Amino acid sequence: MILSVASGKGGTGKTLIATSLAFALSEKNKVQLLDCDVEEPNADIFIHSHITQSYPVFIPIPKVDETKCTYCGKCAEVCAYNAIAVVNKKVLIFPELCHGCGACSYLCPESAITEEGQEIGVVEKGNSGNIELIQGRLTIGQLMAPPIIREVKKHIDSRNEVIIDVSPGTSCPVVEAIKGSDFCLLVTEPTPFGLNDLSLAVEVVRELGIPCGVVINRAGVGDGKIEPYCSEQRLPILLRIPLDRKIATLYSKGVPLIEGMPEWRNAFFKLFQDIEEIVSVNQAAK
Amino acid sequence: MKEVVVLSGKGGTGKTSIVASFAAIAKKKVLADCDVDAADLYLLLQPQVKQEHEFWSGQTAYIDSEKCNQCGLCEEICRFGAIENYLVVPISCEGCGFCSQVCPVDAIAMHENMSGHWFISETHYGPLVHARLGVAQENSGKLVALVRQNAKHIAEEGNLGYIIVDGPPGIGCAVISSLSGADLALLVTEPTLSGMHDLDRIIELCRHFGIPALVCINKYDINEENSRQIESYCAKQKAEVVSRIPFDNVVTEALVNGLPVVEFSDGRVSREIENLWQSVSLALGV
Repeated sequence: MILSVASGKGGTGKTLIATSLAFALSEKNKVQLLDCDVEEPNADIFIHSHITQSYPVFIPIPKVDETKCTYCGKCAEVCAYNAIAVVNKKVLIFPELCHGCGACSYLCPESAITEEGQEIGVVEKGNSGNIELIQGRLTIGQLMAPPIIREVKKHIDSRNEVIIDVSPGTSCPVVEAIKGSDFCLLVTEPTPFGLNDLSLAVEVVRELGIPCGVVINRAGVGDGKIEPYCSEQRLPILLRIPLDRKIATLYSKGVPLIEGMPEWRNAFFKLFQDIEEIVSVNQAAK
Repeated sequence: MKEVVVLSGKGGTGKTSIVASFAAIAKKKVLADCDVDAADLYLLLQPQVKQEHEFWSGQTAYIDSEKCNQCGLCEEICRFGAIENYLVVPISCEGCGFCSQVCPVDAIAMHENMSGHWFISETHYGPLVHARLGVAQENSGKLVALVRQNAKHIAEEGNLGYIIVDGPPGIGCAVISSLSGADLALLVTEPTLSGMHDLDRIIELCRHFGIPALVCINKYDINEENSRQIESYCAKQKAEVVSRIPFDNVVTEALVNGLPVVEFSDGRVSREIENLWQSVSLALGV
């Protein structure tokens, strides 16, 4: 099963849920935990894996051989991202705008363009018990997270239980991380911000056609509007975690919830069971 | 006119609650919500929308099945895995147009995307520029730039002294677009290991772009030992910690009541945010 943990709003507890679920499942299974929040990867703060492998992620950036170039301007014309400009017998390349699609080098009539890799981040792998952690890390100052997320997801081995920790928001990095999941768990908090961003995240997940359920973190604070929203939208609420200073303190120290408060173990087993049930019903319906 | 952008790296540290309070405290300013994925500032400022604009950005490929001779070249050259069985998977398409350039029978057209909306609104506290990126859309960076451009224009026209920007979480595309060229970054962190890890990356990003940064530790008393570590770390990084806001449920209560916390309570949180604004406006030198 590939299970992604997303939220829309930041700081609702995605990593808290993803890491505790990983520890719970790892008691019986091999688990891959993919940290796809490549702008701010934090799962390993809780997993303490020993990173044993690290390799750079490149995107291909055009390089022009000026001895072959006739300055015809075809490359600039085909580039959808304005990453190439041809002015006064000079070709200017703006690597940070390039998506690495390859159109310019393929379509150059003089074959004057080759591609060279530009490093935009790294993928790191490590282990902790039965958990294999795979995390991406965007280089500071780089814009594009999706190619790193794609690289992290290449390591998915579907014989394992796979948990994907997603970044906040609803745009391309979130879509890249969630797509292909069997289920998406949406973590929210009972405040107007939590509800607003949950409803946006639900739209994304539904657009992708992935079944989803909700975890309410810090239950007991705020207003009571999440639950009516969920029942209206037929979203199952699969877990409630109360606002508890002890939980917040454990989190602040990087202690996984089910390690610091083992009484939560069963709740995470139950959570996963419920998800498996929804997924199997869903697959049967297909 | 001076522009301050409120960032955090990690989501959910309190950026929007602080910006909403600044809205109530600061005189002569325009507000900009650059968290276009999950815009929440409007929930506290109750804006009246004066102008609504469509945001057209980027393209998606479309294959005309009548013309397509199923040669498969498009699928072969697409680096985003966006073509399967002679059809485009819109959610994976990055709009590069490579396929439409190479199609031998001219069966692929590029369609413009309506990627969201942006608004100019009036609030109790002054003008607000905000946006809503369409579900699962790309180009959040461009929409952020548009929001900032309009906020700047309004500030110039109205001779307003400040632009206060509520930024998105992370360090990628949308954050860089919110930050570049600003006068000051205010970094809101929390004393958790995750918050500290992410603060480190956002400080480095500010340095990369040469933007001076101030730091605010929100909920500092959740883990005072971590708060002390943040202070000594920030001192070394030349990013001064100018404020320590205590944890208090009043922030959530204000949120539930749809008010900036300084309008809802005159307790210690509100006093601390008032002092914080003093430090910010002093640093901006207006």
